[in-house]
Order: sequence, then structure tokens, then C-alpha cells
Amino acid sequence: MKRLEYLMRRVFQAVCILLVIAVVNFMLIRAAPGDPASVMAGEAGASDPIFVAQLRERFGLDKPLPVQLLTYVGHVARLDLGESYRQQRPVASLIAERLPATLILTLTAFVAALTFGVTLGAWSSAKAGTWMDSLVTTFSMIFYATPLFWLALMAVLLFSVKLDWLPGFGYETVGSGYAGMARFIDIVKHLVLPATVLAVFYMAVYARMTRTSMLEVAQMDFIKTARAKGLTPGRILRRHILRNALLPVITLAGIQAGAMVGGAVLIETVFAWPGIGRLMFDALVQRDYNLLLGTFLVTAALAVAFNVVTDLLYTLVDPRIELK
Amino acid sequence: MNTTFWRKFRRNKGAVAGLVFLVLIVVLAALAPVIAPNSPWDMVQRPFLPPLGAPGFWFGTDTMGRDIWSDLAYGARVSLLIGLVSTLAGVVFGTGIGAFAGFYGGWVDNALMRFTELFQAVPSFAMAIVLVAIFQPSVVSIVIAIAVVSWPPIARLVRGEFLTLRNRDFVHAAKLGGESNLRIMFTQILPNAAAPIIVMGSLMVATAILLESSLSFMGLGDPNVMSWGYMIGAGRTSLREAWWVSLFPGVAILLTVLALNLIGEGLSDGLNMRIDGRRRA
Repeated sequence: MKRLEYLMRRVFQAVCILLVIAVVNFMLIRAAPGDPASVMAGEAGASDPIFVAQLRERFGLDKPLPVQLLTYVGHVARLDLGESYRQQRPVASLIAERLPATLILTLTAFVAALTFGVTLGAWSSAKAGTWMDSLVTTFSMIFYATPLFWLALMAVLLFSVKLDWLPGFGYETVGSGYAGMARFIDIVKHLVLPATVLAVFYMAVYARMTRTSMLEVAQMDFIKTARAKGLTPGRILRRHILRNALLPVITLAGIQAGAMVGGAVLIETVFAWPGIGRLMFDALVQRDYNLLLGTFLVTAALAVAFNVVTDLLYTLVDPRIELK
Repeated sequence: MNTTFWRKFRRNKGAVAGLVFLVLIVVLAALAPVIAPNSPWDMVQRPFLPPLGAPGFWFGTDTMGRDIWSDLAYGARVSLLIGLVSTLAGVVFGTGIGAFAGFYGGWVDNALMRFTELFQAVPSFAMAIVLVAIFQPSVVSIVIAIAVVSWPPIARLVRGEFLTLRNRDFVHAAKLGGESNLRIMFTQILPNAAAPIIVMGSLMVATAILLESSLSFMGLGDPNVMSWGYMIGAGRTSLREAWWVSLFPGVAILLTVLALNLIGEGLSDGLNMRIDGRRRA
């Protein structure tokens, strides 16, 4: 019961955050240099005064600002994000089409980063002070400093262009006619490079965090007790140190999951992965501001949703945590 | 910055290496017009000249025959400048918010922290993209966008420090001495919270440089200045034919960011901090 109450409160908070983002969105388009109607219409539309006048009427831009704001928030609440004038289609349906690709990419990368990051961190803390530990630490330092988009380009260059091992472009082979299992394998092949590149940075973060946290927990009294009881080192490492050391890592992962959605923008751009990030890039290039702000709102919503989910996972991992 | 600090900093070999490299980059940026023989925009050789392809062109030329070495030198200016200025802006704003929240507590704290959480909930890169796109790409809009997305961790850190420091005896003494709240906050408490702010600030410069390069790569750089991210973006279309155009600026970003992170670790060693900003027990 307590968990349900907690869940409700978190969802309410998330809705509030999204509402504020919608308001910010509304203000941004009005803060942009130039007439909001022509900004919405994009540069091509701006050259046509009749079209701009129509837009102004349709969006009630001649009405007072508070009325405009309410209208806008009302539209957003009904998932109406306006029209993309470049693509002649509603923004919401453009985004809905791209959502699955982004979810596949970020979730795969998130799971991979967490699994490998924690494993590497745990391993490196168990071997603390050896050359293997230094190797893991050095590589996490390097990957932590690597620009994602550059790593993505270099991965394409090496694994797609030079070695021709994996496809470096798109979501599946266009016109291949694959179906069923063959199509699944084709998509997985396309997923390997973008997901790996996106995961590598976060893997470095989790590995460092796990290592530090485990070394800290290993100093604690209950670990000495466990040793004195004669438990095997492997058991102590897994059951006693790792379980307790994971908590700060999961906290961080919850925050990072949201950032990962942002990182996906770069990865999708380089790999032409047909997700929301790629859509955001297209909107930028075409100066399609309505679409840009729509993708921003949905990206933020995804990040907030990820945070709520990891928060709930957190309470499952550690029953000691108070639901407040 | 006393001798103990330097002794501890020097013990961290990575931090020393980072510092040496950063000094080199700063020199490169400062002396760009002297060191780099060509303007970063001029066509000075044939396009797609490979590295070492002609005397004096160690790094080759890009798709438009511009000297990559000169681009790198001038790009260093932009990366360092934007990294530093946006971090300063973010630190000043975050410190202000955190100081008021931590010092006054209660509803002030509550309101300011909800405000901070709001910014933390939004993916920072997406937000930076939108801000720069709406306000048109320029050095100023990029600096503001990076500052806007990077201040929340500083605010939280400063708030935490102020929450513990505000009950110390020296603060009570200052209050009895009749000092104003503002004066106490910024002349009494803030200096005592300086160490973790410095450590986090040095790491923020690294993040800011990564953000700037990502924005420039997406085509949101200032069109009037050469930057490393722009170079990578410009080389992207000819990746197959001319890998070096994108490779070198990426290495430059990587090494600079790495150097700053290493320096951050060294600073935290020297100032007895843990890397996440908490004071070591």
C-alpha cells in the first residue's frame, strides 16, 4: 500500500515537471527572435504573409498571452504537439513512429552499460592494486573523456568501412525483404555499433563508481565479521560487498538514464538510427521549431519516466530505504 | 594553495600529466596566430591532403583545403574559452542558489531545490540543443546554454555545505557581531566551502568542453569561430576518403577533457576531498 502511495506521488511529481517543461517550451518559442508564427512555420513559411496570418489565427497568437499559454498546455495534455510544417504532418504522430527505435537503443545501451560496468568495477576492486585494476581504471578514465559522437564516427570508420563487419547506418537493411527471425537478426546487427558506443561512456561511469563504492564497503566492520566467520572470499565479495556497494551505483544510474536519452541524439545522428534523436537533428537542420520543441518535450518525458522507474527499482533492491 | 596541497597533488602522477598537457593546450591557444602558419579558414593547399602529405602540413588538410593544424590551434581557443566561461557562469549561479537554499532552509530551501530538480530532470544535452537553436548559435548563446544545464550539481553541493556550516560557531559569532546575512554567506561561509566547489568546477570545465563540441558537431556552433566539434562535423561527410579530418580534433577533445578530469582528481587529493565533492572523513 505504501509503495502504491509512493508511486502515485512520484507520478504526480513527474506530471508537474512535464507541465513546467511545457510552459518553458511555450515561452521559448515566444522568446525566439522574430514573430512566433513565422518561427513555427519555419523559414519558408515566413516568406508567405497569408500563411503566417492563418497560423496566427489558428494558434490564437492575437489573443492575450495567458490565454495562449492555457490553450497550448491544453493541447499538450491531449498529446497534440502541433504540426510539422516541413513534413506536413502532426508532430505527435511523427514522434510516435520514432519512439520504438529510441527505446530499443537506449534500453539496450543502459542494460549493457550497467551489466558490464558493474562487472568490470567489481572485478577491478577485487584485484585492486594489480595491473588488471590499473587497466580497467585507465580505460574508464579514457572512455569517460571521449566525445560520444566522435567515438561513433571512428566506430563506423573501423567496423563498417574498413573491416566491413557490421552495418553502420540505419535500423535495418532497406529493401532486403527480411521477415521474422531474419529481420530480427538484421536489426540486432544494426543495433550493435550504436548501442555499444552509447553504452561505453556510461559503462566507464558505472565501473568507476562500483569500484570506489566496493573498496569503501570492504573496509566496513561487517565484512571483517564475515571473514571471521570463515566465509569464502567469493561469497563475501558477491553477497556482502557487491550488494551494499550497488546502492550508490543505482542512484547514479537513475539520474544517468535520463542523460542517456540526450546522448542518444548524437548517436542516432551519426548512425542514422531512426529515433527521436535523429528526428530532433532533422528538425534542427530544417529549422522546424515545432517539431524541435515536440521532440524536446518527449525526450524530457522519457528521462523523467526512466527516473521514476529506477527509483522504484531502488526500493525493491534495498528494503531498508524509506519510501518518502 | 600551500605546500601540503602541492605535495599531495604531485603524488598523483595522472594529475601532473594532465596539468602539463593542459598548459601545452593553453599555450597553443594563446599563441595560435604565431604557432599556426595559416588562417583557420583559408584554403592553403589542395583539399584532402593526407597527414605529412606536404612539408609543413603535419595533420593534412580538410575537405576545403584548410590546414588542420591551424584549425586545431584556433579551435583550442574556442574550446577552452567556452569551457571556462560557461563553467564560471554555472558555478556563480549554482553557488547563489545553493547558498540561499542552504543558509535560509525552510520554504526558501524547498522552493529553490524543487527548481533545481526541475533542471536536473531534463536531459541536459537536449535542453542545450533547444536553447542554442532558438536563440541562434553564437558564442554567447552557447555559453548561456551550457551554463543553464550545468549549474544544478553545484547548487546541491553548495546547499549541503551551507546546511552544515551555518550552525558553526564562527557563523554565530559573526551574527552576534551584527554582520548582515549576505555578508555572512559570502565572506564567512563561502570561503569554507571553496574546496569542493573548486574540485567540481574543474570537472565541469571538462563536461562543458564535451558539450560545446557536441553542439558544434550538430551544426549549432558559432559560425564565426573555428571549433573542434565543427571540424569533426565537417569531416563527417568525407569520413571514407579523409579519416584524418575527423580523427585529430576528436583526439584533441579527448586529451583535453582527460587532462581536466585528471587535474580534478589531483585537486581533490590535494584538498582532501572525495571525488564526488564530499569531504573525506
